Amino acid sequence: MYEHDVIVVGAGGAGLRAAVAAHEAGADVAMVTKLHPVRSHTGAAEGGINAALQEGDDWELHAYDTMKGSDYLGDAPAVETLAQDAPEETINLEHWGMPFSREEDGTVSQRPFGGLSYPRTTYAGAETGHHLLHTMYEQVVKRGIQVYDEWYVMDLATTDEDDPNDRECHGVVAYDVQSGQIEGFKANDGVVLATGGPGQAFDHTTNAVSCTGDGQAMAYRAGVPLEDMEFIQFHPTSLPSTGVLISEGVRGEGGILYNNEGERFMFEHGYANNSGELASRDVVARAELTEVNEGRGVDDEYVHLDMRHLGEERIMDRLENILHLAEDFEGVDGLVEPMPVKPGQHYAMGGIEVNENGQTCIDGLYAAGECACVSVHGGNRLGGNALPELIVFGRRAGYHAAGGDLGEAEIRTGYGDDVEDETDTEFPVAPGAAGLDTSGGVAADGGVTADAEGVLERSVETARERVDGLLDKDDGVQHSEIRAKLQQAMTDYVNVFRTEDGVKKALKLIRECRQEYQDVYVDDPSRTFNTDLQQTIETRNLIDVAETIALGALVRDEFRGAHWRKEHQERKDDEWLKHTLVSWDDGEPSIFYRPVILEGQNKTYEPKERSY
Amino acid sequence: MKGAESPAAEKQNDDGMVDDRADLEGETVHIKVFRYDPEVAAKQEPRFDDFHVPFEKGMTVLDAVMYARDEYDSSLTFRHSCRQAVCGSDAFFVNGMQRLGCKTQISDLEQPIRIEPLPHQEVVKDLVVDMDHFYDQMHAVEPYFKSEDTPDASDLEEQRQSRENREKVKMSTRCIWCASCMSSCNIAAGDNEYLGPAAINKAYKFAMDDREEAEIKEHRLRILEQEHGVWRCQTQFSCTEVCPKDIPLTEHIQELKREAVKKNLKFW
Repeated sequence: MYEHDVIVVGAGGAGLRAAVAAHEAGADVAMVTKLHPVRSHTGAAEGGINAALQEGDDWELHAYDTMKGSDYLGDAPAVETLAQDAPEETINLEHWGMPFSREEDGTVSQRPFGGLSYPRTTYAGAETGHHLLHTMYEQVVKRGIQVYDEWYVMDLATTDEDDPNDRECHGVVAYDVQSGQIEGFKANDGVVLATGGPGQAFDHTTNAVSCTGDGQAMAYRAGVPLEDMEFIQFHPTSLPSTGVLISEGVRGEGGILYNNEGERFMFEHGYANNSGELASRDVVARAELTEVNEGRGVDDEYVHLDMRHLGEERIMDRLENILHLAEDFEGVDGLVEPMPVKPGQHYAMGGIEVNENGQTCIDGLYAAGECACVSVHGGNRLGGNALPELIVFGRRAGYHAAGGDLGEAEIRTGYGDDVEDETDTEFPVAPGAAGLDTSGGVAADGGVTADAEGVLERSVETARERVDGLLDKDDGVQHSEIRAKLQQAMTDYVNVFRTEDGVKKALKLIRECRQEYQDVYVDDPSRTFNTDLQQTIETRNLIDVAETIALGALVRDEFRGAHWRKEHQERKDDEWLKHTLVSWDDGEPSIFYRPVILEGQNKTYEPKERSY
Repeated sequence: MKGAESPAAEKQNDDGMVDDRADLEGETVHIKVFRYDPEVAAKQEPRFDDFHVPFEKGMTVLDAVMYARDEYDSSLTFRHSCRQAVCGSDAFFVNGMQRLGCKTQISDLEQPIRIEPLPHQEVVKDLVVDMDHFYDQMHAVEPYFKSEDTPDASDLEEQRQSRENREKVKMSTRCIWCASCMSSCNIAAGDNEYLGPAAINKAYKFAMDDREEAEIKEHRLRILEQEHGVWRCQTQFSCTEVCPKDIPLTEHIQELKREAVKKNLKFW
């Protein structure tokens, strides 16, 4: 068994920032990550980091834009914390050596981005995430922070009191991908989940193969509610054949969207008469699919993004990476022809319910970054707001986990007296555990084992039995079959446009995946670098997370942010200014709601019509 | 347990590519993939397995091995993650050259396509090599700004950097740590302590960045000019040739040699 003060799971931007903060607060920190840190998907972020750095801009404007972008489902204390801390965190990165793009006078450049009232997106070419990731990793190396790379965390080691709010997290169970060895990692002060998003629940996604919602699924099964999972961002400009992302920076610099008739449809068809291509991402994604559905798409599949008029010099200076992506992955030269683009799953606004200090309802368990939901992004994330979230809330979670004082949080977590229960939705199938499969982070002995070592040992034992079971089985279904079916179901029915019937179909198909998973086996018998085994465990996580997305999409009968429902074409503020929470209650999802917090420090964010 | 030497694949005379991108619509692609697993009896002796994969437009080497894994043999093992040439996980030895699987088009390659692990690195299993040595070398150049921990919030002032200086370091910062360069380098193959092109390139960024302190730059130059540092490079350009990010690695190494000379002249 390994032992540290703070264990950070995942080593992308949020995890690295959390580790540095915990280390600076004096903790013995270790990172446990299924990928070597520089392989993390933060590296694929292209656009930039929103921060109110310049005179004429201020954090309150950033908060206002974010709240409006969220379609009034962000919590004001979270949104204001992001806007207030982002400038300082961005300057930190600059001091740590991040190669930001620069102005003539040597100051950090900022560019316009969708949904922003001021050009406040700092960037490093069109590869901002790559530079953030490598710069943060350098700081982890500098501090000598222990990194267990290619160790796959299978589950959390938590106590199992009946009420999740009484549970404690004492560490994690992980296996060494290279050797197959399974070990407990005891965390004396806290575990920070920074495992990224669940994009692989969808078929067409900009996300890496490793974005399998592991942290969300583990926290969920341990009793932490997942919040607002129905809010999935579909990025308007992904390449059709692979899902590779074309940055919003292209439109920020002046790139134009055309349909097959050469119309600049964002204006000519009235989708966003003021902002055009730079309207919020959900607005642009729906506009593109509407064009395609009404017969104005190219090859009935996509639209064109044209940046030729920007000129070679400007493109090479600010968007060079985009030329390489378009050439390597679509065979298109962006200097001489428009690039084909269509919406692709890109980001999960929802996630593990935490407060602004990164705490979940389970003592000692934290989450930060895309896997978490503070909630900063509410119904829709603005471009350039994901990277500052990583560093702002990564730092806070790491610092708090190490015993740092951030004051009492305003946001509440877990089931409590301020929530409202879901009562009236009919489900097509009973969701949740199927058959014998109730395995989760909580081994059932009713809270008898309370000491940390005992909890760890029990969790390690459960994990070993599970792996032995998967490896010993000689026959059955392979995970790849189940995963493909799940991804197809989500992309067919829980995509940009959602209908009640469609989402119900998805829930049935997810149920089938769960049942088929009862019969899953791992064909590769080896303990050495068994990716078959790892992906089989990931697939289980994807099933759990996909189900919460579909459940949220069914119960929320309104149209808000990225969540569009055919039968419910308006935002229902009287009923739905509240977060959807799905909690794994002894193998059965229970759904409840918590009101959104619109009261900020100096003002209340009154919901307005969101037009661009 | 582990320890097979990567296959001493003979470098082919040509680059293993076809002259014009082939039209493979409706055809299957023949790939030969290196297999080895120290634990599994049938795979302890390294071998090649043949797979025939249906071609799809835009198919990459990574797509092909993923297809083979998901459809034919789930034990086929390789690293991959982002599928878009930023995570640097999937550098393989394809038709005799280090290439990123995800950005190498199948239709550009001669068939059968030989896919092997990176040469000169210990094979863990199939296409997976042990990266620890590579990471050690990357860390050996102390690749981090020395400025003290986290700046004080009250002292909120960004440093200035000219566009020219940013441009100067730009290419060096593109490195994705895929280890293709290290694998292609004859010197690194013969001298295990040689820092290697990637680590030297990493140091280049800190050596050239105007924001780094002069004293630290000198300290880092001393690391670079030790016995297994920049002077080992014999400018064969193989690293530059294989770099999937087009980083002028050899030029960067040469420039650092000149820096080292300049510094030493100053002392005389």
